[in-house]
Amino acid sequence: MSRRRRTATSPPWPVAVPAFLALAFLALPVVGLLIRTPWAHLLEILTSKTSLDALRLSLETSAAATIIAFLIGVPLAWVLARSEFVGRRFARALVTVPLVLPPVVGGIALLLAFGRRGFVGQYLDSCCGITLPFTTPGVVVAETFVAMPFLIITVEGALRGLDSKLEDAAATLGAGRWLIFRRVTLPLIAPSLIAGAVLTFARALGEFGATITFAGNLPGVTQTLPLAVYVGLEGDLDQAIALSLILLLVSIAVLVGLRDRWLRTGSAS
Amino acid sequence: MRRSAAVLAVIAAVSLAACSSSSGGGSASTSPTASTSSSSAAAISGPITVFAASSLKGAFTDIGTAFQQAYPGTTVTFNFGPSSGLATQITQGAPADVFASASKKTMETVTTAGDATNTEVFATNTMEIATPASGGASVTSLADLSKPSIKVAVCQKDVPCGVAAQTLFDQNKVTVTPSTEEVDVKAVLSKVELGEVDAGIVYVTDVKAAADKVKGIEIPAAQNVETRYPIAPITKSANSATAQAFVDFVLSRAGQTILGNAGFAQP
Repeated sequence: MSRRRRTATSPPWPVAVPAFLALAFLALPVVGLLIRTPWAHLLEILTSKTSLDALRLSLETSAAATIIAFLIGVPLAWVLARSEFVGRRFARALVTVPLVLPPVVGGIALLLAFGRRGFVGQYLDSCCGITLPFTTPGVVVAETFVAMPFLIITVEGALRGLDSKLEDAAATLGAGRWLIFRRVTLPLIAPSLIAGAVLTFARALGEFGATITFAGNLPGVTQTLPLAVYVGLEGDLDQAIALSLILLLVSIAVLVGLRDRWLRTGSAS
Repeated sequence: MRRSAAVLAVIAAVSLAACSSSSGGGSASTSPTASTSSSSAAAISGPITVFAASSLKGAFTDIGTAFQQAYPGTTVTFNFGPSSGLATQITQGAPADVFASASKKTMETVTTAGDATNTEVFATNTMEIATPASGGASVTSLADLSKPSIKVAVCQKDVPCGVAAQTLFDQNKVTVTPSTEEVDVKAVLSKVELGEVDAGIVYVTDVKAAADKVKGIEIPAAQNVETRYPIAPITKSANSATAQAFVDFVLSRAGQTILGNAGFAQP
């Protein structure tokens, strides 16, 4: 409805000019990247061992981070949305901290907690010989820390907005709470689960600060795409630009996919 | 509608987080280079920005203070970082007035691009093994670094200290598999300080600057690698008189004394 009304009016110039500036400001850096892309030997750069290793590592660790976020983040979202407990507001605030915290700070915090001499990490080391820094699992830890809040917040919002009638109906029919959660609640919030997971994956894929601080930088082990881009700046600018292009393409693909999901659910409700 | 507004907010947060993560490079802020009045081109005053290798941080900070005292009216802002990264920034047009690099090769990147002409070597440095101040695994020599149980941090291969570390391993026929290749020498040093690695290859001057926070293990001169530091004023400097004065100051007795105190050797 509102859409039809909006298209009828053209914006007055005090709105149109800054709006155009904002759009140009956001678009020009992307154009800059495309202009400087070394198209002639792009394929050669992208199929080099460094690039392929970084791409593979990025996809694997981001997928792992998304799965972990799903397994422990969705339950937390449910708890935050549905149950009453002392300190719930504090818990909700805590979840948003990684969203606003500079990722480098997150990396240092992770080191001080889970590093070899961290207050948790030293026990992991002495009891089970597990050290996270400079390992691929360390990359997953850094990415999960930074990206999981996106899933929790998206899913929690969906749970709060959910009409409880269907769950109540299932309860009156004798379904237990676990069955209701699996068979009624989860399907109802499926669009938000997908959107949250996609956002989490995208954020994990772009993770730089926490990763380089906590997991270090070693090709094939902890050097993800953003790290390879940064290191490329020190040596091979063309490689940095080519790898940036991949990240740009993946980001666009993620956003286009996300938008589709939301449009579909928007028209359905 | 409310839902899509929430999504927009989240997307905005994503891009915000992405922005902040890109600033993880560890370079200090640079002040915009204000142009001084062209009539007094020879006057030594006003602001300059000096791009310098990470390993020079301590010594150059002191030199900057001494320079500002010697020439009242000048302000020196530093951008410390990995030499090769700084060279890229300069050739891409960053507003630098002076470049002090930790290697001939990165300085050549800048001279080849025509951004500097008169380069001069002002100091030399050698490598040292840094180990945690307490409780690290026992490392007593370069050969120990090849043990699989020893975690080693080095600079990444495109940075001068990474090149020096690799040369050091090669010429002493030690095979080292590093745990991490850090972006610059100060990052290697922090990983040692935190005890995340058992050893790091850094400059002698870094161990000296870290005082008792790390324990240095000297590498005998016959095994060691020497790094030479060139300095040059940047051709496009908006304040070339002050830039040249700064270069001269680094090469002067006062500058060399500060560098010597930090552990650098004279070329």
